[in-house]
Amino acid sequence: MFEKYTVKIRKIKALTIKEFFQIIRDSSSILIAVIFPIMLIFIYAYGVSLDFKHLKVGLVVQDDNPDAQSFVLSLRDSEFFNVDIRRDKKELIDKLTCGDIHGIITLPFYFTRFKTAWANNIPLSNPECVNLAPLYVVADGSDPNTAHFVLNYVQGAWANYLLQQAISNKDRGFFHVNVQQRFWFNEEINSRYFLLPGSIAIIMTLIGTLLTSLVISREWERGTFEALMATPVTMREIYISKFIAYFIMGMGSMVLCVILSVFVFGVPFKGSILALFIISALFLLTALGTGLLISSAARNQFLSSQIAIIVGFLPAFMLSGFIFEISSMPETIQWISELIPARYMVTSMQTLFLAGNVWKLLIINAAFLSTMILVLFLIIFMKTKKRLD
Amino acid sequence: MNDKIVIIKNLKKSFDNEKTFALKSINAEFSAGKIVGLIGPDGAGKTTLIRIMAGLLKPTEGSVAILGNDTILQSKNIYELIGYMPQKFGLYEDLTVMQNLNLYAELQGLTKEAKKDRFPTLLHFTALKPFTSRLARDLSGGMKQKLGLACALLRKPKFLLLDEPSVGVDPISRRELWSMILELAKDKVSILWSTSYLDEAEKCQEVLILNKGEMLYYGEPKRLTEKLKERVFQIQNIETDRRRVLTSALNQEEVLDGVIQGSAVRIVAKKDQQIRLENFNAGKMATLRAVDARFEDSFMDLLGGAPKGESPLAKLISNVPKDEQAIIEVKALTKCFGNFTAANNITFSVKKGEIFGLLGPNGAGKSTTFKMLCGLLTPTKGEAFISGLSIKKVTSQARARIGYMAQKFSLYNNMTVIQNLHFFAGIYPVDEKNKENIIQNMIKTFDLTSFINTTTSELPLGFKQRLALSCAIMHNPEVLFLDEPTSGVDPITRREFWSHINAMVSKNVAIIITTHFMDEAEYCDRIGLINHGNLITIGSPDDLKQMAQSSDLPSPTLEDAFIILSSKQDEAQHV
Amino acid sequence: MKKGIYSLIIKEFLAVWQDKKSRIILILPPLIQLFIFAFAATLDVKNISIGILNLDSGKQSFELCQRFQWSPYFPHVRYLRGVEEIKDVIDNQKVIMVLFINEEFSRKLLAYKKADVEMIFDGRKSNSAQIVQGYAMQVIQNYNDELGQIMHFPVPSSINIQRSWFNPNLIYLWFNVPGLVAILTMFSTIIITALSVARERELGTFEQLLVSPLKPIDILIGKSIPGIIIGMIEGSIILIAAITAFQIPFTGSLLLLYFSMLIFVCSIVGVGICLSAICKTQQQALLAVFVFMSNAVILSGFGTPIDNMPQWLQNVTLANPLRYMLVIVRSIFLKDMPIHLALMQIYPMIIIAIFNLAISTVVFRRRLE
Repeated sequence: MFEKYTVKIRKIKALTIKEFFQIIRDSSSILIAVIFPIMLIFIYAYGVSLDFKHLKVGLVVQDDNPDAQSFVLSLRDSEFFNVDIRRDKKELIDKLTCGDIHGIITLPFYFTRFKTAWANNIPLSNPECVNLAPLYVVADGSDPNTAHFVLNYVQGAWANYLLQQAISNKDRGFFHVNVQQRFWFNEEINSRYFLLPGSIAIIMTLIGTLLTSLVISREWERGTFEALMATPVTMREIYISKFIAYFIMGMGSMVLCVILSVFVFGVPFKGSILALFIISALFLLTALGTGLLISSAARNQFLSSQIAIIVGFLPAFMLSGFIFEISSMPETIQWISELIPARYMVTSMQTLFLAGNVWKLLIINAAFLSTMILVLFLIIFMKTKKRLD
Repeated sequence: MNDKIVIIKNLKKSFDNEKTFALKSINAEFSAGKIVGLIGPDGAGKTTLIRIMAGLLKPTEGSVAILGNDTILQSKNIYELIGYMPQKFGLYEDLTVMQNLNLYAELQGLTKEAKKDRFPTLLHFTALKPFTSRLARDLSGGMKQKLGLACALLRKPKFLLLDEPSVGVDPISRRELWSMILELAKDKVSILWSTSYLDEAEKCQEVLILNKGEMLYYGEPKRLTEKLKERVFQIQNIETDRRRVLTSALNQEEVLDGVIQGSAVRIVAKKDQQIRLENFNAGKMATLRAVDARFEDSFMDLLGGAPKGESPLAKLISNVPKDEQAIIEVKALTKCFGNFTAANNITFSVKKGEIFGLLGPNGAGKSTTFKMLCGLLTPTKGEAFISGLSIKKVTSQARARIGYMAQKFSLYNNMTVIQNLHFFAGIYPVDEKNKENIIQNMIKTFDLTSFINTTTSELPLGFKQRLALSCAIMHNPEVLFLDEPTSGVDPITRREFWSHINAMVSKNVAIIITTHFMDEAEYCDRIGLINHGNLITIGSPDDLKQMAQSSDLPSPTLEDAFIILSSKQDEAQHV
Repeated sequence: MKKGIYSLIIKEFLAVWQDKKSRIILILPPLIQLFIFAFAATLDVKNISIGILNLDSGKQSFELCQRFQWSPYFPHVRYLRGVEEIKDVIDNQKVIMVLFINEEFSRKLLAYKKADVEMIFDGRKSNSAQIVQGYAMQVIQNYNDELGQIMHFPVPSSINIQRSWFNPNLIYLWFNVPGLVAILTMFSTIIITALSVARERELGTFEQLLVSPLKPIDILIGKSIPGIIIGMIEGSIILIAAITAFQIPFTGSLLLLYFSMLIFVCSIVGVGICLSAICKTQQQALLAVFVFMSNAVILSGFGTPIDNMPQWLQNVTLANPLRYMLVIVRSIFLKDMPIHLALMQIYPMIIIAIFNLAISTVVFRRRLE
């Protein structure tokens, strides 16, 4: 009885060693498994940033009084703005059209005159003046996300300015609702902190799905599968050996990404390493299973890579919550995203890095991933026969 | 007789739900310890049959049993009994020789002791011992073949399946492989050797002939050739043009088949027919001599004979005036890739109306030389001239004088026949005003009218060949380059092809052909033998055979000549 | 060899159209990407869930909570029962923000003092959180503005007038879909050109071309022009879809857009030819296109602004033609871009196009051996 298993293990061991030799000696494997992930991490770290600091805006100052100037100074010195000060709006409009600046703030010439009135909420006698404001902001709506930030920042800067003014006016009380804000898990509001953990999912998809499907299709094309099938080895043993080899590679690149994120880019890691490994392993298995299915259906490298990119990479990038917020998507697409393993991986990673061990969340995600693994492997085992047709 | 090792019963295989059949009703029983040749051209169904026997495909109808084990029902036992070497040898290119052997040993469940026992024997048997740490992709064709064989033999199988093991391999290695196989047969291993080289059939004890999925014959090759006793002749000492003799021979009622052999013409008479030499216009000195039948003759007999009639090209092509000047001149052509010299100092010339063959095994340098002449590679040293135009300096103009037909026809598979014709007429200097006429002529000449709007991929092989040829000659080239034009092709299509070529030659077009297929080389007027990058010798097929003649070998074949002349050169180099 | 080039172009079109694989890759991925990108790739924040923990029993806190409840920004409001629930709802991502009002709130306001509230955001989704913060601050701000009227006490108003030009409702699709016109054009152009040589190499027909009297430059032109034409056609299809199916307003000059598209496509074709010359099989070419596109799209300003990148990386993006095309496309759609401004974006693309085509010629020639 035991003999049977030792024979099986020997076969799997031999096949796995063969896989490794092939990986080392094949340049496209190294490209996809090592070079591309490192490139991606660096590009995501530097290139994809939703941290809006030093927003380029134009500032039209039509009032020279010290009051106005103090507000202008506060804007100029703020780390949120990068102001380009002019007297005339026209030059700035061109820049707005080109996207060189994202908004235009105008301090009208009546700023100081009316400011006192506004500061004390005294309605202005002149009916025409009722609809005027001390500050005008125009944001470039063609980029809605940035526009939000422009508007929000200006709102915040103005409110701050008023607050400072009120404090220096000690004779008046100034009552208002004051907000203390706390960004849990990401105090510095650094978008890199949520992007890099999510990118681990993308990179594992590359290795698990794209690389695996390529490699297996290549064996079909080169005819080496045929030679294997004529030996006593079973398809399951062949698949297991490939799984083991690419599993190790996938986990290896995960470790590499984690090390880069934490030690080079300073992303905090607050969770347990065991949980990290377990969830990554589960996700990697789903990616591998998908890659395997694709290659046994396509049996052709060109087709496999296309399918792997469309079915594996794109959803992982778009629908996993990596950059784009799932809850903002139309309902049908939200439903689809529930079927995508990368979604659970991204949430788990973001949580493990930034929040720590939120067991409820982690366990639910792990459960989803495990179910997917079961389904995938069921399909694989049902579909694999040792036949060429 | 229960020493039947393989029993094939009424085997049928279809890949498209019985619309077409890749195998139609195969019945055969192989005895133990015999070498069975599975013979047939490309597409006949050989690989399908082998795969079914190896248990890799399921029969649509019928069954195969190996030593009593059905390939589907008792598939697990099959793996213990057979050794299988697929096309392309089944080797892992990224692993070394030893790693490949180890892998297959592990997969087949060899124990450590068994490995200790088998490995040295196999390495010695295949002469691969000094190469154990070389990567499989760096092995030559012959070495890869032997390694594939070694991997299939690890478990001392009872039945060895070899799928086209000799494809593209040099004749020396082919002979070595055969001697290995014969030794195995002595050890009571049964062997199935599939091939499209008809001459290998004669070495087998039994043959199973497949053509288009049908089993044409199963039995001893001797009995087939016996049928042709006293029906095969050679017309020798031809005074006139031997190609014309062949054409008129084929036109005779009593002739079944005819090919060129060196300076002679070989013909096969139909059953109970008399050959009358007078009808062949061979000249007064010509003689008719009876010769032994060979396997290809019997194959043609089974297929019904060669296509008749003259190639319509004869009327279509304008006559190029003949002169003694060389139309192709090659001077000291050399190509180095880094440290490796692929072609060294090649010099020869070709006249109009001459067929010149570059003969040599794969990797010898003939493809490199060929590519340099076509303008595909820049020579490192040396020069070549086509119609006086230098291919180095005025490449584009020189190429306009060449017609080229590649091995697998390189036509645009998704375009229709007419679209292909228009395309090639567009990129070659075909007279604008006459373009439509020329295209229509081609269609008529090659009988492509019913296929004008068919996509190339759907054309039958023979018509693909015609289309490729018409695309290559539309611009009336003075020289035609043919790269392994008929390897793997069935004999009938091959003969048709050569009738077209002969027609062109009769109009004084010069032909350069590369081949490793000896029979094809017989059609050439002169042959340049290339090995290890060097042009060993130039001569007519008969000249070469004479050079190899000796008391041991009074009438060598071209293959013998090749082997002997190459080994002589190898020895000379090592001295 | 003009008629040779003409035949090459016709052949290229026939090959692409009549080969099932090429047809699929031209139609399917762009369509899928169009729909997924259009609807899924949104940085918009909708369907927000927030939590409110109100420990105060006064009228003012109730008033504030009502404003959050009825604000159109916050369709899902959860009332928490205790401090311990905050961690649960944030950690498990049931809400993206919790508003915590302590029991002193109303009392402080009635005493004309400053009243503190706490807003806790899930920093794992920092972009969305910041946008939610903006919405929440607006609600608070409005409440602050009206406090004076409610309490009959003057309070400085924080009115400033905010407008968004070009896209007043900040509809994310208006930003995304024009960008897709550029990206999908780029994708089609590069994939057709990159695959073309590799496909012929695999079929064996490339050798046939090399043996013909065609010069390498002829072959190059014969492969570039179909790429350019197909890219333009694909771009037009997406353009029509953008205007009709997605109803994005088109305020600028169609002619200017086409001119820019032409230059853009020319700059991409060079890259495709280089890749095609280097890759031996179609599959390798596909991977190369994939790697190239991933990087080019990230570093173009499509999803995330170039301004947010470090300066050295911003300089790198100057070599990316997609960067300029995105500005042009968005500006022509939404901002009626005048010619003189468009030209400032076009001239870098012209330089890049010339450079790319020159390099591709050299690489192509070299690789023919």
